[in-house]
Amino acid sequence: MSTQTITQKPQSDELENGILFPSKVMLDLHDLKKVYPTPKGDYVVLEHLNLQIMKEEFVTIIGHSGCGKTTMLSMIAGLNPISGGNIAVLGNPVKGPGPDRGVIFQSPSLMPWMTALQNVMLGVNQVFPHATKAQRKDIAKYYLQKVGLEGAFNKKATELSQGMQQRVGIARAFAIKPQVLLLDEPFGMLDSLTRGELQDTLIEIWNKEKITAVMITHDVDEAIFLADRVVMMTSGPRAKIGDTLSIDFERPRTRKTVLEHPDYYKYRKHLIDFLEH
Amino acid sequence: MKQSLTLNKVTRFMGFGTLKPFTALFTGKVQKEDILTILKKFIVPIASILLFIGLWHAGSRALFNMEADYKIEKALTDQGQKAANEMKACIASGDISCQPNTLPSPTQVWASFQTLLKDHKVISADKLAFKEKTAAMNEKRVAAGQDPITYTGRPSFVDQIFTSLKTVFAGFLLALLIAVPIGIVIGLSETLRSSFNWLIQIFKPVSPVVWLLLVFMIVKTMTKDSNQDSAFIISFISVGLCSMWATLVNTAMGVSSVDKDYINVAKVLKLGAFQKVFKVILPSSLPLIFTGLRITLSVAWMVLIAIELLAQSPGLGSFVWEEFQNGANDSNSKIIVAMFVIGLIGFLLDRIMLTIQKMVSFNKNEGL
Repeated sequence: MSTQTITQKPQSDELENGILFPSKVMLDLHDLKKVYPTPKGDYVVLEHLNLQIMKEEFVTIIGHSGCGKTTMLSMIAGLNPISGGNIAVLGNPVKGPGPDRGVIFQSPSLMPWMTALQNVMLGVNQVFPHATKAQRKDIAKYYLQKVGLEGAFNKKATELSQGMQQRVGIARAFAIKPQVLLLDEPFGMLDSLTRGELQDTLIEIWNKEKITAVMITHDVDEAIFLADRVVMMTSGPRAKIGDTLSIDFERPRTRKTVLEHPDYYKYRKHLIDFLEH
Repeated sequence: MKQSLTLNKVTRFMGFGTLKPFTALFTGKVQKEDILTILKKFIVPIASILLFIGLWHAGSRALFNMEADYKIEKALTDQGQKAANEMKACIASGDISCQPNTLPSPTQVWASFQTLLKDHKVISADKLAFKEKTAAMNEKRVAAGQDPITYTGRPSFVDQIFTSLKTVFAGFLLALLIAVPIGIVIGLSETLRSSFNWLIQIFKPVSPVVWLLLVFMIVKTMTKDSNQDSAFIISFISVGLCSMWATLVNTAMGVSSVDKDYINVAKVLKLGAFQKVFKVILPSSLPLIFTGLRITLSVAWMVLIAIELLAQSPGLGSFVWEEFQNGANDSNSKIIVAMFVIGLIGFLLDRIMLTIQKMVSFNKNEGL
């Protein structure tokens, strides 16, 4: 960005970002706490959890099963009430779910009585109520094409394979143009081959859209391949952020260049050491 | 071949099983498993029908003999040896006046069935003749602002079937119109569900007879000064009230147990209440609603017969009751004919509902 543009547009994001650091933060989790009351007393899942995610950053979250990753994600989505602390998107505190935070669920969660196109349209209609029907259809079709489903617009969700269903899930999430994309182990239920294909699809569409993304995963390689930063969570109860690791590979990435990069095994070892600790 | 394939699909979809072995018989490519399937699916069921008829025949024969012995014994003790001998000869001769009255045999029932069909033809011809005869006069009456003359003769058995079907559909429609909207509303609200639960639990097991009496009390007063067909109104409302519970409970359950993932999607997309209900909740509970409707229709058909019998409203139920009261020589076999017809129609109604239920189910492989 040249100095000339900055002086011409003093209110632009770039200038603010240059001077005021906080406005670069898309998602801010501050002293977050989650408590589940049980008959034997309160069970504290998360405590003193602090995390800041920048605009256009892709963050993967890794941690042992049951440590509270999904709880954290559903709290960001607004589907799970916050017990303490706060979550803010661009400085606005989260008060329940909304289309500014798109979610890709672990199971594709498509409406089985609708076609692929109708499933994507459900969200598009909601977010672009003033667009014409043809425009909305075009948006939905565009994203379905982007995830490789140009031939399956009118197929019922039940007629699609798991992998294809999750592709529709990805299209649905991107098509509503959210501020933040939340991915809850979206490829956990797929076989490794399909999983690789979907990672490629996801990263390809993400490279175009650059939507701030938070993704939970169990898979160390997936975490490194997709992320700008891997966040490691400690095991529960009272889980918090244990460590973060910046992944400095250039984008766009391909699987081959990532695997052949000299730093790859260093990153991998770092993550595995943390998880096995 | 293509036609037989689609036919095959239709029959399988309706739950009648496959016709493939039969088409194989005609196309000439019979395989060993086809013969086995024919044996298993067709020969054995037919054998079971024959066995059933055989047992029935033997049973009715035994009952006939018991009744005959009793009659002869009675004649002997009441009137002496001569009367007993006369009775014996009379029974053996097949004279209608002294036949023992008991469970009819399959042949008698078949004969009655044909009598009823013949009777229907006679009555239909009668009706047609009446219509032709009064056509000109009715035109004049209508033109003069008077009611046309209608046929008031005895309804035939087939007419009774159609009256019953009309009543059951009216009742079913009533049940649907009451139970589905209420089911949706109480399914959506936990509070309403728990506050209406007692009502459902208490009224669900109430016998059709009591519903009939309740409806009778109300309708009798409300139709006091109109010349409406109150018997029909009473019976269809009672049928609707008796049978709606299955739909009510199933609808409420379907609506309240929508997959949490779908609800989460609706929440994330911030769908409005109207869209949430019509785009997500209703479609996803449709299969359960139709399961309820299927139960409702079969319950409606079952209670209809009892209600017609009690309410003296025309239909199969009153046909059975009248025949029973009538006590004519072939009354018993006519009752058995009615029994089979009732069963067969009930079965067909259930199949129709099953077909619709499968059509609305979004997971076609789901076991029903």
